[in-house]
Amino acid sequence: MLFRSTRRQFLVGLPVSLAVACPGFGSLALAMAAAPTARRLVVVILRGALDGLAAVAPYGDPAYRSQRGPLAMAEPGKADGLLDLGGHFGLHPALAPLHAFYRNGQLAVFHAVASPYRGRSHFDGQDLLETGFATPRQAPSSLREAGESGWLNRALGLLPVSHPFPQNRPGLAMGQTVPLILRGAAPVSSWAPAAMPEPNPDLIGRLVQLYLGDPLLAPALEEGLRGQLFADTALAVPAPAPVSPPPVGGMGGPTAATPAPASAPRPSGGDFPALAVTLARFLNPEAGPRVAVMELGGWDTHAGQGAAKGRLADALRPLAVGLAGLAQTLTPEIWRQTAVVVVTEFGRTVAVNGTGGTDHGTGGCAFLFGGAVVGGRVMTDWPGLAQPALFEGRDLMPTLDLRAVLKGVLRDHLGLPIAGINATVFPDSGAVAPVAGLIRT
Amino acid sequence: MTAAPLMSFIAVNRFGLGGRPEERAAAASDPRGWLKAQLAEDGTVSPAFAGLPAGGEVTGRLARAHEAEQEARRPPSLSPGAPGGGFGAETGVGAGAGAPRPGGGRVPPLVPPLSAVTDPANGDDAPMRRPPKLVIPPPPPGGGTPGGAAVGSEATVGLQDPLKQLQIELRDLFRREAGARIQAMATADQPFRERLVAFWSNHFTVSVRRSEVTGLVGAFEREAIRPHVTGHFEDMLLAAIRHPAMLLYLDNAQSIGPHSQVGLRSRRGLNENLAREILELRTLGVEGGYGQDDVRAFAAILTGWSVLGPRDVDGGTNGFVFRPATHEPGEKSLLGVRYPEGGESEGVAALAALARHPATARHVATRLARHFIADQPPAAAVARLERVFRDSGGDLGRLAGALVDSPEAWAEPLAKIKTPEELVVSTLRATGVIWPLDRVVGQLRQLGQMSFSAPSPAGWPDVAGEWIGPEAVMQRIEWCALAGHRLAPMVRPADLLEATIGPVARPETRQVVLQAASVAEAVTLLLASPEFQRR
Repeated sequence: MLFRSTRRQFLVGLPVSLAVACPGFGSLALAMAAAPTARRLVVVILRGALDGLAAVAPYGDPAYRSQRGPLAMAEPGKADGLLDLGGHFGLHPALAPLHAFYRNGQLAVFHAVASPYRGRSHFDGQDLLETGFATPRQAPSSLREAGESGWLNRALGLLPVSHPFPQNRPGLAMGQTVPLILRGAAPVSSWAPAAMPEPNPDLIGRLVQLYLGDPLLAPALEEGLRGQLFADTALAVPAPAPVSPPPVGGMGGPTAATPAPASAPRPSGGDFPALAVTLARFLNPEAGPRVAVMELGGWDTHAGQGAAKGRLADALRPLAVGLAGLAQTLTPEIWRQTAVVVVTEFGRTVAVNGTGGTDHGTGGCAFLFGGAVVGGRVMTDWPGLAQPALFEGRDLMPTLDLRAVLKGVLRDHLGLPIAGINATVFPDSGAVAPVAGLIRT
Repeated sequence: MTAAPLMSFIAVNRFGLGGRPEERAAAASDPRGWLKAQLAEDGTVSPAFAGLPAGGEVTGRLARAHEAEQEARRPPSLSPGAPGGGFGAETGVGAGAGAPRPGGGRVPPLVPPLSAVTDPANGDDAPMRRPPKLVIPPPPPGGGTPGGAAVGSEATVGLQDPLKQLQIELRDLFRREAGARIQAMATADQPFRERLVAFWSNHFTVSVRRSEVTGLVGAFEREAIRPHVTGHFEDMLLAAIRHPAMLLYLDNAQSIGPHSQVGLRSRRGLNENLAREILELRTLGVEGGYGQDDVRAFAAILTGWSVLGPRDVDGGTNGFVFRPATHEPGEKSLLGVRYPEGGESEGVAALAALARHPATARHVATRLARHFIADQPPAAAVARLERVFRDSGGDLGRLAGALVDSPEAWAEPLAKIKTPEELVVSTLRATGVIWPLDRVVGQLRQLGQMSFSAPSPAGWPDVAGEWIGPEAVMQRIEWCALAGHRLAPMVRPADLLEATIGPVARPETRQVVLQAASVAEAVTLLLASPEFQRR
């Protein structure tokens, strides 16, 4: 058997009382055999408000250079220049590992996009990005009684097919705690690299007993055990050989070049690229999660943002390396079934502020990435950067509701019914039509 | 009426930081009185902070190092050499630290030499025990002087870059600060007061996720928070916002009035980060009734509030400087109030007005009630605290007293889950055993709550859902096992149980703890029990 035997195995998937009574009860060998395909959805939250005009720069906009000033980047083909996305937009050079995916049709960009939030508070903006509600802290009455919950958790409740391994959870947060977007009634797991020695199984068994009936600790411990059994098993499987994006005919451009990791017994790095690769190893097995969340900070670039190099470039690089690493660690079969959405709470001001940075804005960009994606395009109703076109005279005017993108992905990728999406996932969004055609059929 | 043992349990755990041995007995006869006595300033400073530098000293050294770096970039012939003295905080930098100075006395190094540093500012959760990234080269013979050390000796410029050297020192200083803070909490004789320090420090979060403040976070808490925890909110607000740590953390140090002297001859201008976060997080709250125009106006008011830099001769207080040349001239209007041009005084007046604003009273009362009563605090308690805040003009000592008098705070013994920091500190206090502080800091980092490293300006969360997730619970249990093994030789489980969770322990917890196979396991189970995980 490939998996390591750990303290966690005997406790997982059993009624807690049984686990305590029969600590020797058999190991739950997870089958790694080929199984029916199932879609995977990863949501990456960029906390702190990514500058969409820097990540994907509208270099063809006549007002781009004058509005952005020192933050404007060189055109494609020039030193430290943008990577062209088809003539009007260019990808930030620090996102180079993703450029080949764009050209292969596996990365789509949405621009001038925003959630319904029109304030400029990070915390309200993230709250709304995660709850899926139309106004901060105001759950519609139909959902209020369910307590605090995120839209991705509510989406789990609508999955058309149940998980083939009922003892495993379809939702996973990469981190110690579960972010709001994935919290709610549907049980989910979370994972972070272990750093302290594991206590013995017998002791864990007695804690399970002690936590019985505790509304907070009992479910968390049960999910922790469940998730770590799966993680130990999945990580015991060597990572597949790196899969490069298919070559792009005749263009000779850069290819995503992150080497896939060797089959390390247990990843130790908590940084984004390492976590993304680990996530891919969790997504590969049939027993793995169907929906996962990752978070990445460092986007609140009020000062010294830089252009091709600098603070923002330093934040973009690990994002791109991580996403490319995820793609390359997934098996080709699962990569074809995967979509990754990358979202942030709002954009940043069009003009540079007084300290070489940008302040909180409105419209920004979002990404859709994966083998299941119909990409290679920037989807936008571009409002322009000329002063009169700006939102409140300072921000990129949002022309696309982020929920339209997310609803399109939930419907066409995960197969969720639109009525259910409108009723529980994104309430008050009936007027926001899903974007069609984002996912290969 | 809550029973007496339960009252002392709540006093020691809910309001305090978890009981030291015998502390519950001290609180037993008059738990409220025991807490209120701690609201009187006793003037003592925890020995944990001995030898740690003031904010002005760190800021001064940073300014000198920047200055030296600028000098080092010029051709040697143009270098004017080491700048003269003239400010008390001047000390040697890097290789010069500890060396005799031309002016006489010997300057002690800011921190002892170190062999390895970690980078606490990079925001990842990598464990502390990873291999060292940087090693300080041995000092060259003869030392050097600030500003002149790296000049004229090309071979050593790379190794002795004064700024890099100082940054390395400051990271080590940060580790000492993080450890000192834990030590101060673990040994506090006035634990209620110490909890208030932590609460207000979190309310006015500065975090090493911005590396600029790495060396200043400890000084910030000592200089801006501690003196005011039972003083007036207005004074704490002013001290916190004027502190270099805050001005750097939220970018105000570089914000420039577009029509100021400097603004007119450069492309630089406003940065609205600090202004927005003061309104949203420190005073009115996000629903406090301000708009984008208020944010801009407040940012303009605060222009000129900056930090000692190269070529500044007067450090002011703690390294704060007001720069008239960057202050936006003219009248501003904030929340409907006009502020005629008044330079530095505009910001002082605006902060005073914000401190007295009714929305601030509401915001602060809600946060306090959430910390001391429940994640979803009862409206009546919030309203009462709000009234005390308003009626007393933001007297934080009176406010803390009102908390002690709130019946809601005594109604439910285990309403709050402990944060990782509270779990660790209460364990240390319960046993009186403190293991090497670097280890504790590393473990807290692993548990997701290293001191002074909150993920955003909003500070550490104060609700259970943000702290208890599947992986977080596994890591807490792993930490409890680690602590159990470490403490086993020094404690008796039955005594420790009585001294900690005695009044609230359920029969099943007693049974599991007392029947454990070893002392280490008994302590692990006790620390991990639902009762000990709460306060």
